[in-house]
Amino acid sequence: MAISLYTRRVLTNRVGIFLSMCAMAFGLSALLWILWTLLSNGFSALNWAFFTQETPAPGSEGGGFSNAIVGSLLMLGVTTFVSTPIGILAGIFLAEYGDRSRFAQITRFITDMTLSAPSIVIGLFVYALAVATLGGFSGWAGSLALSLIAIPVVVRTTENMLKLVPTALREAAFALGAPRWKVSLAVTLRAVKSGVVTGVLLAIARVTGETAPLLFTALNNQFMSMDMSQPMANLPVAIYQFAMSPYENWQQLAWGGALLVALMVLAINVGTRILFRQTNLKK
Amino acid sequence: MTEPVDLHAGRVAVFRRQDRLFHGVTQFFASIVFLTLFGILVSLGVEAYPSLSTFGMAFVWTDVWDAPDEKFGALIQIYGTLATSVIALLIAVPVSFGVALFLTETCPIWLRRPLGTAVELLAGIPSIVYGIWGLFVFAPLFAEHVQPHLQAAVGDIPVLRGLFAGAPMGIGILTAGLVLSLMVIPFVASVMRDVFETTPPVLKESAYGVGCTQWEVVTRIVLPYTRVGVIGGIMLGLGRALGETMAVTFVIGNANRITGSLFSPGTSIASTLANEFGEASPGLHLSSLFALGLVLFVITFLVLAASNWLIARGRAKAGR
Repeated sequence: MAISLYTRRVLTNRVGIFLSMCAMAFGLSALLWILWTLLSNGFSALNWAFFTQETPAPGSEGGGFSNAIVGSLLMLGVTTFVSTPIGILAGIFLAEYGDRSRFAQITRFITDMTLSAPSIVIGLFVYALAVATLGGFSGWAGSLALSLIAIPVVVRTTENMLKLVPTALREAAFALGAPRWKVSLAVTLRAVKSGVVTGVLLAIARVTGETAPLLFTALNNQFMSMDMSQPMANLPVAIYQFAMSPYENWQQLAWGGALLVALMVLAINVGTRILFRQTNLKK
Repeated sequence: MTEPVDLHAGRVAVFRRQDRLFHGVTQFFASIVFLTLFGILVSLGVEAYPSLSTFGMAFVWTDVWDAPDEKFGALIQIYGTLATSVIALLIAVPVSFGVALFLTETCPIWLRRPLGTAVELLAGIPSIVYGIWGLFVFAPLFAEHVQPHLQAAVGDIPVLRGLFAGAPMGIGILTAGLVLSLMVIPFVASVMRDVFETTPPVLKESAYGVGCTQWEVVTRIVLPYTRVGVIGGIMLGLGRALGETMAVTFVIGNANRITGSLFSPGTSIASTLANEFGEASPGLHLSSLFALGLVLFVITFLVLAASNWLIARGRAKAGR
């Protein structure tokens, strides 16, 4: 019995749509599964000791990630401090002067490349640049590696946001006789303030969970240390080392650390969305 | 008669100087980004030179990685990197296509935003989370419930038997590829969704108007129209997969050999770096690790350059 062309088309359509729904269900359920195991394994590890005690010695009971949390926050702070001005100024250059210049086109292309370049290679670069030459692993080197990853994110969002500013706004400011730098900083940059802040926050979210570039730069430190010129404990590397260890309580701590990092990243991402939507609605 | 005096000449000159300074300062910071890339290439090249000059181009196709004997070749790592990435894409591409199709065509309007946001949020989850999940949750389940059945199902079929040979340990090339695929699905799916949305509604409406089904509209109108951008998105996912360190290092098994079986442990460039760099002795070992990094950088650079070019071309077409 021959199936009519119409029936065949309808059937193909049904099968296709059904498969696409399966793909969506598969994707979502796999990712929910990951989040669920993360929550159920990590939640019990997030107790008072986790935040107040230092990483335990091999074989000993208890302990927490306090030194890793402090180290991560310190390095993230330095990274934000370094990458925000550099990223925003470079973004201004691309948006305000970069229309026709060849240099700007290449820079834009390179920014896109470094956005998704393997982060472990950035770690190698910083090792060769700072660790091998300046004598040893340090919190500074870790911050440098993280900054190199964060800067392209800030550059790209700043540029994209500045391009949304209506030309009329710029022209109005120029017509009043304002110099170019004043127009850039006091008019256009101000108009997209919330977008630029979003970019900075997204950059922080991006580097919060980065492990690979810290392995050969900040290394790790078993003890609490605020000295940026020494090897510094940090959450991602601590998670990596503890998860790979044979001790059960260490693995438990690693789950807690992974949950903490994931929550931080999700909180920043959700927060920026709310912030961005609210300021846009106000206009 | 006197010339009209420009009272503001002084201020204009000041402004001009300030503008020149501003231009210079912003350009300087833009060039930091620019120089970083060259810095990476140069420093990797310099550090890798001792190894590359010792082993020559054969470094790329030698399958020996022997630290005590100081004999190094990158083939094992290149194989592991490519094999895991190919497995990841084989799964991620069709799934991402389905997700993008669902989000742009079939999904009820009120669900589109939340589901789209969920996909974007998942793209931001740190890779170390995928790694720790793969090691503690996925690998044991995979070894117990999937690998034995796969081996039984394949039986004695010549080629497949080789691919699934060996003890079902849970960790290995295949597991790494599967975990990687979960990691790149959100990336590829959100790029695909974005480029699907660039299709002019008129085109789709005309197709629906002449009686096309949803499937036909997507496969014959949307996909051909956005082909370039879709390929760019896939390459972006490939770039991510090639350089991914943490999701792979946890589950690939870290064994320096090629067996041909997907069940056996292997290693990738990134996972070798993560494992050995900290303990490598200065000299040929360290230099060879830098050479590995250089190989990885060159491969991902080419893939990402192609991806950026394709995505930009796709966008330019959409803007026309």
